[in-house]
Amino acid sequence: MTVELAKHRELGLTDSEFELIVEKLGREPNDVELAMFSLLWSEHCAYKHSRKLLRRLPTEGERVVMGPGENAGAVDIGNGHAIAFKVESHNHPSAVEPFQGAATGVGGILRDVFAIGARPIAILDSLRFGELDSVRSRHLLDGAVRGIGHYGNSIGVPNVGGEIYFEAPYEHNCLVNAMCLGIAKQADMVRAAAAGVGNVVVLMGASTGRDGIGGASVLASAELGEGDEAKRPTVQIGDPFEESKVLECCLELLGKGLLVSLQDLGAAGLTSSAGEMASAGGVGIDLDVALVPLREADMEPFEIMVSESQERMLAVVAPDKVAAVLAVCEKWQTGSAEIGVVTDSGQIRILRNGDLVGEMPVEALVDGCPLYDLEPAEPQGWMYGNRATLREDATSEETLLALLASPSIASKRWAFEQYDSVVGSRTVRRPESADAAVLQIPEAGNAIAVSIDGNGRRVACDPYAGTIEAVLECAQNLACVGAEPLGLTNCLNFGNPEKPAPAWQLDQAVSGLAEACEQLGVPVVGGNVSLYNEGPEGPIYPTPVVGMVGELPDPARACGSAFLRETDAIALLGPFEPSLAGSELTKLRGELDVGLPRSDVTAVTAACATVRDAVRAGKLSSVHDVSDGGLACALAESAIGGGIGCQVDLQPLRERGCSPEEALFGEGSGGFLLSGDREALNALGATLIGEVGGSTIEVAAGDRSFTVGVGTAESAWLSLSSQAEHDGA
Amino acid sequence: MRWGVLQFPGSCDERDALAACERSGAEARLVWHEERDLAGIDAIVVPGGFSYGDYLRAGAIARFSPAMEAVGEFAASGGPVLGICNGFQVLCEAGLLPGALLLNESMRFTCRQLDLVEESSIDAFAPEKGGQSIKRHLSIPAKHGEGRYYAPDDVLDTLEENGRVAYRYAPGQNPNGSARDIAGVRNEAGNVVGLMPHPEHAVDPLTGSTDGLRVFEAVAAAGVAA
Repeated sequence: MTVELAKHRELGLTDSEFELIVEKLGREPNDVELAMFSLLWSEHCAYKHSRKLLRRLPTEGERVVMGPGENAGAVDIGNGHAIAFKVESHNHPSAVEPFQGAATGVGGILRDVFAIGARPIAILDSLRFGELDSVRSRHLLDGAVRGIGHYGNSIGVPNVGGEIYFEAPYEHNCLVNAMCLGIAKQADMVRAAAAGVGNVVVLMGASTGRDGIGGASVLASAELGEGDEAKRPTVQIGDPFEESKVLECCLELLGKGLLVSLQDLGAAGLTSSAGEMASAGGVGIDLDVALVPLREADMEPFEIMVSESQERMLAVVAPDKVAAVLAVCEKWQTGSAEIGVVTDSGQIRILRNGDLVGEMPVEALVDGCPLYDLEPAEPQGWMYGNRATLREDATSEETLLALLASPSIASKRWAFEQYDSVVGSRTVRRPESADAAVLQIPEAGNAIAVSIDGNGRRVACDPYAGTIEAVLECAQNLACVGAEPLGLTNCLNFGNPEKPAPAWQLDQAVSGLAEACEQLGVPVVGGNVSLYNEGPEGPIYPTPVVGMVGELPDPARACGSAFLRETDAIALLGPFEPSLAGSELTKLRGELDVGLPRSDVTAVTAACATVRDAVRAGKLSSVHDVSDGGLACALAESAIGGGIGCQVDLQPLRERGCSPEEALFGEGSGGFLLSGDREALNALGATLIGEVGGSTIEVAAGDRSFTVGVGTAESAWLSLSSQAEHDGA
Repeated sequence: MRWGVLQFPGSCDERDALAACERSGAEARLVWHEERDLAGIDAIVVPGGFSYGDYLRAGAIARFSPAMEAVGEFAASGGPVLGICNGFQVLCEAGLLPGALLLNESMRFTCRQLDLVEESSIDAFAPEKGGQSIKRHLSIPAKHGEGRYYAPDDVLDTLEENGRVAYRYAPGQNPNGSARDIAGVRNEAGNVVGLMPHPEHAVDPLTGSTDGLRVFEAVAAAGVAA
């Protein structure tokens, strides 16, 4: 008994979970069964600390085609087509080995999307690293960006947007969240549920090796710490060429109606894909591990069942269609093997050459894991460090340039130029040209917009209000290009949920997410939870990453964020009440503290509608939402983008009670910076604040007034490459 | 006019190339890498992507495919062939075009909209102004990690003397360190053209530019009698 106890603990199960497994089986599990239970009962697969919270999220909507529980969510885009999308994390693998960790993160999210029969059409990514003056952060950034590019570029799916933040709490535990969107004919879409007793289970794609063994339980469901190098074998190795073939093969199989169901092999490999397919279909599955094509001949049954080798898919096929399926696999030169059969036993049975080596009720394995209530407690005060990097007596010009050069605000061109953003011929608005990416959808005669956001620092200041802001930021980005939200996906990146402070952050953030989605009327169609994101110095900033997809009728009218024409008027629209709380400037000054003003969701929603309608009517030259670094940075970004200056007076904000500093650098939801025809802006009820023209950014703000050349601002804003590729310590 | 667009496992841009051929007013179909029969096809695109994963070396495996064998014969008989990005690499590997494409000077994959200068050798439509032909600039995206054009100096001199440099990066816009800013070259007969930037991604005003259509039109007109 003592030996068994050590083993289940090593695999991440608690003593009481082990006892529950014994009770459900009526005996002690053998090694194969224990390995499988440890994976499916891990946080990563069972969501045991988050599932109860997630029930708060609204998931229903008129346009929802597939909701949570499938490989990806999907919304109706018209003309019989759907847009599938999902975001997923690959944080711990990337912290251990950034290139392969990020690459396989992209590979995994692509498979989730084509598993439901959608052709991937776009990737976005949301990355978090420690401050760029650390060697580790530069190493992780470089590896992750190369890895994302390597996989996405090679497979021919454009990377159209994303965000990168640099904050000290991510130093040891970087975040790599990847989002994928796909398009499907609704008639060709397929669910993951196994069905049809006697149907054949076919494993397609790469052969199975020892890579990634225990990734979900050992790596994804525990804190990072000393000796993480020893975990490197738990990181998977990606092969985008194999994935490209598997992708085309699966889409051809689905297009020909040859599959009953399809599921990708991600975390926990065959164990989770077979278990979840059986559970969803209410059936049993028999698998013979001797039929699985292996890279190494001497693999044990438990290794075959838990391997996380990449680029593999599991399909259920009617017996009379197996030959046709294998022929399509042969055409695409991708592996395929009949490894099992659907049964009515309600059991997952693992065989080796016909001999039984493991047998578990599907219900116990997939749905039997206990769900835990959190024990949240609000931390007393600011629980993270904050080092000042900006002099207290910095002038407004110096402050603006410091903000523009701050890696979190600076242009991410260095990163996104390493990604193919144009393959597929859909990308109407590329990175940096507008607040949201815009992709044309000729299949439905319209277009979609997509944005991904989540400022962890602001969520750390107030998890509830900060998460609402993340949702509103996405909604505002979509409004800027004239899009109306259709659905939302999210990735909740948090610390150890068994500790009171991260538990409180998670609880508050999910409430904020639910509240914002309810009020905006945007359903949550899928998501992912990544917990135990901690390093030796404590938890990461609580980081809910929100990905939102919207629809617009005419992509030609999608507004850019750059000033277009001299003499255009500049105006501010929306319920913008800038505050220095949680702002980038407060961070640079080393003055971060808890607390954030609450956004007026109703008023922001109304402002989004006003902007959306104006954009669709073609009334505006540019639209940019006021975000990190406040109005001064938003003005600079629009000026740099257009290569034209501006003259602005912030008196109207002063009249709303803002100090000059709050007006310039304060942050908060609800602000839109517009340029265009003066009368058109007036008609929208926007507040005129200046005019486009010249080669300097001139801002009157009482005693903090300043003038900065557009070229000077641009040099600061484009400094990320030199900071990222700097070799010193 | 009917284009054939090769499709290898690992190709990425074949559908975009197909659509671009159609936008240029021609018909087009995909040619699977195992096909040898090019009957009924008037011009060939060897598209971008990562054929066979670009294992070993970019384009090194694709050149041995049955379809490329057929393209070799097609080119020898004067048929127009356009190689884009990975397709350019394949044509160089196959010996249908001179030179080689090396890792970018930055050692990074780079995706960027840039200006190409259409050299007079390929520009059948150059406008006349005071008797001087004006070199047109085309706005076309480039995206590659191995696009630095290299050939020995004497080969480069010969290419220049014989008007076989088809496209150059506009001054200051060379994204990869290519010799003499060369973005694309032709074979001696003029019917085989390869370039690193992607004209198939510049055929729709919505996605940024339609200048790429000129590349398809120029190559379609480049066939020679055998």
